[in-house]
Amino acid sequence: MRAMILKEFRELRRDRRTMGMLIAMPILLLIVFGYAANFNVDNIPTATLGAQAEQAATLLAEVPKAPFDVTEVDSTGTADDAEEMLQRNEVDVAIVTGGDPVVAYIDGSSLFSAQTAVAAFNRLGDRVQTQVLFNPDLKTSWVMVPAIIGLILTFIGTIITSIGMVKEKQTGTIEQLAVMPIKPSTVILGKIAPYFLLASLDMVLVTVLGMLLFDVPFNGSVAVFALGAGLFLFVVLGLGVFISTISQNVGQAIQTAFFFLLPQILLSGIIFPLEAIPWAVRWISYFLPLTYFTMVSQGVMLRGAPLDSLWFPLLMLTVMAIIVFTGAVLRFRRNLAPGDGRHTKTKAAA
Amino acid sequence: MSVQDLTVRRGHTLALDDVSLETPAGRITAVVGGDGAGKTTLLEALVGLVEPASGTVDTPDRAQIGYMPSGAGSWYDLTVDENIGFVGGSYGVRDLAQRADELLTRADLMHARDRLVGRLSGGMRQKLGFCLAMLHQPELLILDEPSTGVDPVSRVELWRLISETAAAGTAVVMSTTYLDEAERAGWVLVLERGKNLLSGSPDEVVASCPGEVVETDAPVHTELSWRSGEHYREWWPDGAPDGQVPAVLTLEDVSIVASLREGLTS
Repeated sequence: MRAMILKEFRELRRDRRTMGMLIAMPILLLIVFGYAANFNVDNIPTATLGAQAEQAATLLAEVPKAPFDVTEVDSTGTADDAEEMLQRNEVDVAIVTGGDPVVAYIDGSSLFSAQTAVAAFNRLGDRVQTQVLFNPDLKTSWVMVPAIIGLILTFIGTIITSIGMVKEKQTGTIEQLAVMPIKPSTVILGKIAPYFLLASLDMVLVTVLGMLLFDVPFNGSVAVFALGAGLFLFVVLGLGVFISTISQNVGQAIQTAFFFLLPQILLSGIIFPLEAIPWAVRWISYFLPLTYFTMVSQGVMLRGAPLDSLWFPLLMLTVMAIIVFTGAVLRFRRNLAPGDGRHTKTKAAA
Repeated sequence: MSVQDLTVRRGHTLALDDVSLETPAGRITAVVGGDGAGKTTLLEALVGLVEPASGTVDTPDRAQIGYMPSGAGSWYDLTVDENIGFVGGSYGVRDLAQRADELLTRADLMHARDRLVGRLSGGMRQKLGFCLAMLHQPELLILDEPSTGVDPVSRVELWRLISETAAAGTAVVMSTTYLDEAERAGWVLVLERGKNLLSGSPDEVVASCPGEVVETDAPVHTELSWRSGEHYREWWPDGAPDGQVPAVLTLEDVSIVASLREGLTS
């Protein structure tokens, strides 16, 4: 028994990934659930528009414990402007004054902010009429389905791709590929293309099913959605390839992919709203590709957000795609072509 | 194919130290040695999988090399036919169906064409690995321990395939841990800790044995003796005393002597 326990500890000590999981995972979960697990939004970006925009802003600032943070005041703004501001995700609440009653337009795609805003306006009685746009019934499924699409793509991209790539290493066939007269770039593209295609098909399937089963709308441009999804796929496929280069077998690949998956599930804003996560932890969210894909998918599907309003998440996805995908492919290429010496020192026979 | 003064480092380890080898068309060269001797490193240097620290490797173009890695180099989740289709397609083999029929018949794998490679026996998988490496009729065939873990019947079949291939004019370089197998080769290179311990034709290697090896039941120097069947063999570096029975030497005996000599020298 003693020998068995000792052997197990010795093995564990040398298994750095498992040790990492044993040490890093509890700390990560503690920090995330301690700080980030918060559904209460108390800082909703708000605009006041119309003739009494200034007064409305002052009044909102004076209401005790009001969750509104007035970021824009426009005395010439109209209801159409309010709707556009919400659509472009510039604010989550836009209050249009000048009429009777005052109308508060609320972005239903920011579910928790919207729920908080509706509750706050209800406390004010009949003075403010609320109108929830883009998700009028504040359905959780409407917000979750676009986010789940990203989660599924992350799953396929990281876990399935890394398994497929690392299997070549595990069975020794990567050596066979390396000596065959196929260019490393052809091998890599040939390996990745099926996963790209499968993930794309899965994305279409989940999107259509989500729309059919949960009545989730698709208000925006398919092209913008496809652009975001394509960029995001390059990032997650790159992650999968990268994981395969630092793993020796399927078990290690799954374990490593888990390290990449968990923060994305917890911190990308799909479970806990980003606005509710304190900055001490929230900065991590802005390094996660799922954060930006969710901004694009929710924006396009629910709000019909135009391309120019999504420039920031699309830019971030582009930067990540270039860095992660290129880096991972170069690392994988090293496995296929260890040094350029094969061409210089291995001379062809006359 | 020729290798001149090849030195390869793996991290801080000297995996190959100044090794030279030449294999003309039609010859089988057996690279022999224990675990960690440098056999796989030498073969990997031949196919360009490892970079030499110094020395030259002169091989045909990559498309003219057939390589069977120690794991047999076949895809377990594909059938035999699918493996052949993939490799044949990658090498641009003409008349692939005809070539596949010919090789699979020779390897006695025709009945297993539709079976997943993961479900084949070890011997069948090794024979398939050989077929894949031979599919494009390479000038140089490199086989990394093709018979390790293979049952005796499959070993004989594999040797038949290898011999036929060499007879047809292909240069074959194969590694093995079995010295009896190496005796069938036309040329033998014995490696120990990355160094060239012995090289030459099996007969030349046996004839080059220094001193005398005798068969005995009561060895005088236990550190210079080893068991062989029911008896012992003992190496006398400066000649055996009178009355001792000279042993009929095998490659194994000569390799042991070379290793003992290396130990005495160092």
